[in-house]
Amino acid sequence: MAVKLALPKGRLLRKTAARLQKAGWGLDEYNSGMGFYRPKSQKFPDVLIRVFHEKDIPIQIATGNYDLGICCLDWVEELLVKYPSSDIVKVADLGYGEGSLYTAAVSPPDASANGAPVRIASEYPNLAEAYALRRRLSRFSVFPVWGAAEAYPPENAEMVLLPAGEGNIGGAGLRPLERVLDYRAWLIANRASREAKNIDRIVTSLCGAISGEKTAAPAEPSSASPAGRRPPLKTAAGAVRLALPDGHQQQQTVNLFNRAGIRLDDYPSATGNRRPGIDIKGVAVKVIRPQDMPLQVANGNFDLAVTGRDWLTDHKSQFPGSPVSEVLDLKLRRVRLVAVVSREVPADDVAGLSRYIAARGETLRVASEYVNLADKYARDNHLGHYRVIPTWGATEGFLPEDADLLIENTETGRTIARHNLKIIDTLFASTACLIGNDGALADAVKKKRIGLIINKLKAAVEGDR
Amino acid sequence: MKVQRSKGMRDLSPEEMQVFRGVEAICRRCFTEWGYREVRTPTIEYLHLFTSAGTLTPGRLGKVYSFLDWDGWSGERVVLRPDGTIPVARLYAESLRDRGLARLFYAANIFIFEESPERPRERWQCGVELIGAGSAVADAELVALSLEALKKLGLKDPEVRLSHAGLVRALLEKLGLSPEEQHRTFDRILDGDAGLLAEISKDSPGLGEAIRPLLGTKGRPPGFLRDQRDIIAREMPDLAPCLDDFLATVAVLDELGCACKIDIASGTGFEYYTGLIFQLYIGGEKVGGGGRYDALIPAMGGGDVPAAGFALYTDGLMKLVDAAAVAPAGAASVLVRLKSGVIKDAFMLGDVLREKGYTVALDMGGKSRGADWTIEVRGKTPAFVVTNKSGSRQDAPDVAGVIKILEGKGGR
Repeated sequence: MAVKLALPKGRLLRKTAARLQKAGWGLDEYNSGMGFYRPKSQKFPDVLIRVFHEKDIPIQIATGNYDLGICCLDWVEELLVKYPSSDIVKVADLGYGEGSLYTAAVSPPDASANGAPVRIASEYPNLAEAYALRRRLSRFSVFPVWGAAEAYPPENAEMVLLPAGEGNIGGAGLRPLERVLDYRAWLIANRASREAKNIDRIVTSLCGAISGEKTAAPAEPSSASPAGRRPPLKTAAGAVRLALPDGHQQQQTVNLFNRAGIRLDDYPSATGNRRPGIDIKGVAVKVIRPQDMPLQVANGNFDLAVTGRDWLTDHKSQFPGSPVSEVLDLKLRRVRLVAVVSREVPADDVAGLSRYIAARGETLRVASEYVNLADKYARDNHLGHYRVIPTWGATEGFLPEDADLLIENTETGRTIARHNLKIIDTLFASTACLIGNDGALADAVKKKRIGLIINKLKAAVEGDR
Repeated sequence: MKVQRSKGMRDLSPEEMQVFRGVEAICRRCFTEWGYREVRTPTIEYLHLFTSAGTLTPGRLGKVYSFLDWDGWSGERVVLRPDGTIPVARLYAESLRDRGLARLFYAANIFIFEESPERPRERWQCGVELIGAGSAVADAELVALSLEALKKLGLKDPEVRLSHAGLVRALLEKLGLSPEEQHRTFDRILDGDAGLLAEISKDSPGLGEAIRPLLGTKGRPPGFLRDQRDIIAREMPDLAPCLDDFLATVAVLDELGCACKIDIASGTGFEYYTGLIFQLYIGGEKVGGGGRYDALIPAMGGGDVPAAGFALYTDGLMKLVDAAAVAPAGAASVLVRLKSGVIKDAFMLGDVLREKGYTVALDMGGKSRGADWTIEVRGKTPAFVVTNKSGSRQDAPDVAGVIKILEGKGGR
């Protein structure tokens, strides 16, 4: 049986590619360009290679979808701390990609106040929970975030757990509290594969090429630099807290706000400032990931946010009674949420898929960035014994080998067609929208300010037509 | 696709369930006779109930089933009950504190994640909490009650091993460990590392020779502790209050004729224990344990209320008891055979016989377990044919005639 190897994209790609080249793997495509999902090796033509988001790799190895993988230990530990019996074996330290996870806060916690609620924002929710239990924080909640954890303290979280780097601790006005985990890139293997398959030649080649060049341990992050210290957001009574998206949605958002006659200062920010100014009195703005907004609006950290209906619906699938609602359709970024299968699957709709799965008698693997939507979709459509595989983007590359069904967004359907896939169902259409906390509208002062923002944006949206 | 039950979970068959209910019924009866009243707490509780220092060790907390509820957008996690005592203490602090002394018991399942699929992740226990009493007599009542329950379950030669959480903590202070290390060591002892105290004390020069024998893992008779008391108190006066508290309970148990062993180092139990810890063994297998937890109810805001309790492990007891003895055979069983046209008569016969105390089932065809009696409802003369287990048949003209036969008063 062919050996399957999962290679990382992102932070480890360049060094991993360089060292594989040095070991003579002769990979045809493994670089930061597009279309690099399945590189082939001249040296090991029989090895099936696939490129994943690094976070996906421990899951792929633990489930036995892949035999070997390269990723940093932070993601391995994030899985193992919650699922200690996962079938992952750490094979070898590859000696690069070093980093450390730190807890950080604006000010050190008051040791005498254990029992006060502590909110921890992190991309590593399992490690954050384990940390809180070990530190014996008696009343904590963990906000799993897709990114930008450093933006949350002090107003929206007391503490963060994050990898130190690029000024996200001191530069973000935080001070490190405790080094929680040191990590480097490792070669990991599935336990059963290691025993059953002949993977030694590949392990030897990877380790021989890669080890022996260990880099120095990462430097300690410095505390808040004066430049990094930013005043906390105004949260006086009645202040409206608005969340705006980071990433590629910033330009569309700023254009819309301009048309609405709302001026934003330093957004998008060249310096990574996550607290842009706004010319409406009594409104404070913070920039976070759109995926994280529904939860943050629901728990009262923000009153309003600009996100997508896809993420709002995903959130509502997990928490049906959540006090967050769409208040205005911004009609930007129109996509469809669709159910996708390989063209080889003899089914044209979900009923056909359901019959096909029942006859096949194997667990259905549903891969999606929208885990709650995917879960609800499988449940509502009686897809039998299914498993949701969380992914972090480029999900279309999972079919047909690594998943059976995708819940994906698509603008034109072209990417789906190019990957030899087909759409069997459309869940709903999603556009960018303004979402609000139901309770915020009960506050008279806030209601007035929220009303002002909605009216200005509404005029801009309608003027666009 | 083969349907399977979830890893680490267990099904109970009708026969096993009969034993399970038998064990529970004996415990329930016994606890009730001693003035305890049953309570039930929910399967799901907030995680923070168990995370405060002094409730569960981090080792145990790392094995809880925690998740976000359907309304968990605030990030507040809930758990499947990982322990029986803490929820009852919560119940007391929340709504029973005006009662003062409370004798409570429960029969409940608890959930602990065990990596090995052979170890159960759901466990049943029958537990007792005596809240509002803090004396040696209260400790002794709990030990005596637990022993009586084991006796009523027909289990012989129970072994009681005693330790004392306050004494263990005081000893750890003497070992020259930092407060953090003391905490960790205590947690490891509670999680079952019985050799740890002896090991750490090996290179602890501050420890008097009188203490060393205390730290061994072998159980010793209580007289040993009494003999050592004055020497220990003289060398380490700080230990005296805990030692005296421990000895007071031991004295009452002695007076009651409870044979106990002192085993300081083996304190497997819960972080909330503050005083006596006792463990119950039958033939080397642990079947229960308990202890005093005077700080738990105050920590929950329930006032300065001392408390202690114990739990018996239902799953383990089920394997040890004589199944026939704890689950005696029920009423005589009757199988009613019927055919179309006599359905109403058959149902009526069933009603009458159940009133009389018989277990009556209608024959639906297929294989059925051997009943004591089989009655054919014929719809013509004779109306009923009654067959006993050995196959001998008797006719009955009416229902009264059937009853006479079943009661051994009629027929041939």
